[in-house]
Amino acid sequence: MKEFKNFTMNFGPQHPAAHGVLRLVLQMEGEVIKNADPHIGLLHRATEKLAESKPYNQSIGYMDRLDYVSMMCNEHAYVLSIEKLLDIDIPERAKYIRVMFDEVTRILNHLLWLGAHALDIGAMSVFLYSFREREDLMDCYEAVSGTRMHATYYRPGGVARDLPTTMPKYEKSEFKNKDEIKALNHNREGSMLDFLKDFTSRFPECIDEYENLLTDNRIWKQRTVGIGVVDASRAIDLGFTGPMLRGSGVNWDLRKKQPYEVYDKLDFDIPIGKTGDSYDRYLVRIEELRQSNKIIKQCISWLEKNPGPVMIDDAKVAPPNRDNMKVEMESLIHHFKIFTEGYCVPEGEVYAAVEAPKGEFGIYMISDGANKPYRLKIRAPGFAHIAALNEMCKDHMLSDVVTIIGTQDIVFGEIDR
Amino acid sequence: MKKIIQNSLEGEYEIESEADILTLRVKKDYLLSIMNSLKTNEELLFNQLTDICGVDYSLFGKPEWKTKEVTSSGYSRGIKASSHGRIKFGETVDALNTEDRFCVCYHLLSIKYNRRIRVKVYINEDPQILPSVTSIWSSADWYEREAFDLFGILFENHPDLRRILTDYGFIGHPFRKDFPLIGNTQIRYDPNLKKIIQEPVDIEPRVLVPKVIREKK
Repeated sequence: MKEFKNFTMNFGPQHPAAHGVLRLVLQMEGEVIKNADPHIGLLHRATEKLAESKPYNQSIGYMDRLDYVSMMCNEHAYVLSIEKLLDIDIPERAKYIRVMFDEVTRILNHLLWLGAHALDIGAMSVFLYSFREREDLMDCYEAVSGTRMHATYYRPGGVARDLPTTMPKYEKSEFKNKDEIKALNHNREGSMLDFLKDFTSRFPECIDEYENLLTDNRIWKQRTVGIGVVDASRAIDLGFTGPMLRGSGVNWDLRKKQPYEVYDKLDFDIPIGKTGDSYDRYLVRIEELRQSNKIIKQCISWLEKNPGPVMIDDAKVAPPNRDNMKVEMESLIHHFKIFTEGYCVPEGEVYAAVEAPKGEFGIYMISDGANKPYRLKIRAPGFAHIAALNEMCKDHMLSDVVTIIGTQDIVFGEIDR
Repeated sequence: MKKIIQNSLEGEYEIESEADILTLRVKKDYLLSIMNSLKTNEELLFNQLTDICGVDYSLFGKPEWKTKEVTSSGYSRGIKASSHGRIKFGETVDALNTEDRFCVCYHLLSIKYNRRIRVKVYINEDPQILPSVTSIWSSADWYEREAFDLFGILFENHPDLRRILTDYGFIGHPFRKDFPLIGNTQIRYDPNLKKIIQEPVDIEPRVLVPKVIREKK
């Protein structure tokens, strides 16, 4: 009988564990991977080039669609870069709202990651649990912006509107009677902040539930411990950021090291791993869920006490009040100008980065003084991570590829741009 | 920061700007030696390469209509399209800057000292060639492939310089300013030939807002 030793295998681009459209060309020796060549770009939409042909504000919506599971963090980096170029400072309340929603976004992202990662490795039920909590946070997104995912909520100069005083409620249907509806709506009677507050008080127990399912689970450990190990110096050299870097034991988080908005006023810790394997990165992300919950709590208590404007009072950047627009000539002109031509940003170049759930999400923007960016470069954390896939997969088994793709928290929206 | 750079960096460079991040302008011949000392010098230790970005400066500072001169000519002022977003297949953008057209911009991060620095190299020759920094930072590998794919900048001694984001067999470098936003070709399945064929695009450019530069009063 003929014996085959080496062969080439195609993984994806249509594969449920590929998290989108990853095509991997694997050189195998039996079941062991000798070389992995990721082919990306199947979701390339030239976001950067599109942004060059649109006024600044019209590209905010594109940012949501980059890393489509951490929408508002992407918007954050984009509006930060514009604000840096314009040299404007936003109201304190808007800063707290942004930080709060950044952390809501982090929880959303990590919950999706946790569910999908566990599902890939063979633990079905975690997915159901994590999506239960995601639904509540999606409702918060919907309450402030009108959409569940692609919010376009952050704007240069603040946020689009203040937090709503009511939450959308479940309505009576033929499938649910009055009592059931009442039970579903019990935490939706107050404002959005009350709803979120209720969520933060419930959430730590939910994290315990996920941990009960996974942390000491024998199969989970067999699939993640010692898989995809990257030591600290390699992680830095490979351009890792976020949990991928912290899992290798490097204490680096932009929220602490280069604080933006109001992170320097908040109390939270940065978890770091030891061994740099997939299990440590799992532990880091679980702890980040707890820390994000803590940050949201602090933001809620500040926001409850401090009402105020959420957008700067600068008619050249922020659209005018709708009531004024109906009666004032000036406001009407400003409104017309902002929504047709946009605003011109002073010449210069700037790099603004935020600690997105996946790592450092940066925007490098060059302006030549026009109403459109001259060049926009998106520095996506996932791009550097997947570039290291070959190194992380080498000499692992085929089934470990799935673990490694999962632990890198890959989303193709941001990698392919 | 500026002082540390001046004390510890050897080689030819000039400081281009300090507004946002300290920006060094380096000549191509000195790129590798300066990058090496940025990484290894004890005072600097820029051990992470955050990003590499290609830039095409050919339309820098060129608006599609001038706000000072043409206010009397009414609606017609923004009609003539000259940017990549508003030209069609086969048309060319007018008035290209040819000097210092291409630039590669490196963002470095020092984790120990919590500092960032930006290094810019302008390329004047054609074809555009730069030495690769993959031997200094591993993360440069894919970033350089991206700059090659989108801008056509070649990196000498890169281990595997292939296209990365565009399709297999793509022609042209799409992020250059003379490449139309709607692209050059489109793909469809031809039922008669029973294969996928490429043909010139028939999409109309749809960018409506012209590029305007207004000076601050």
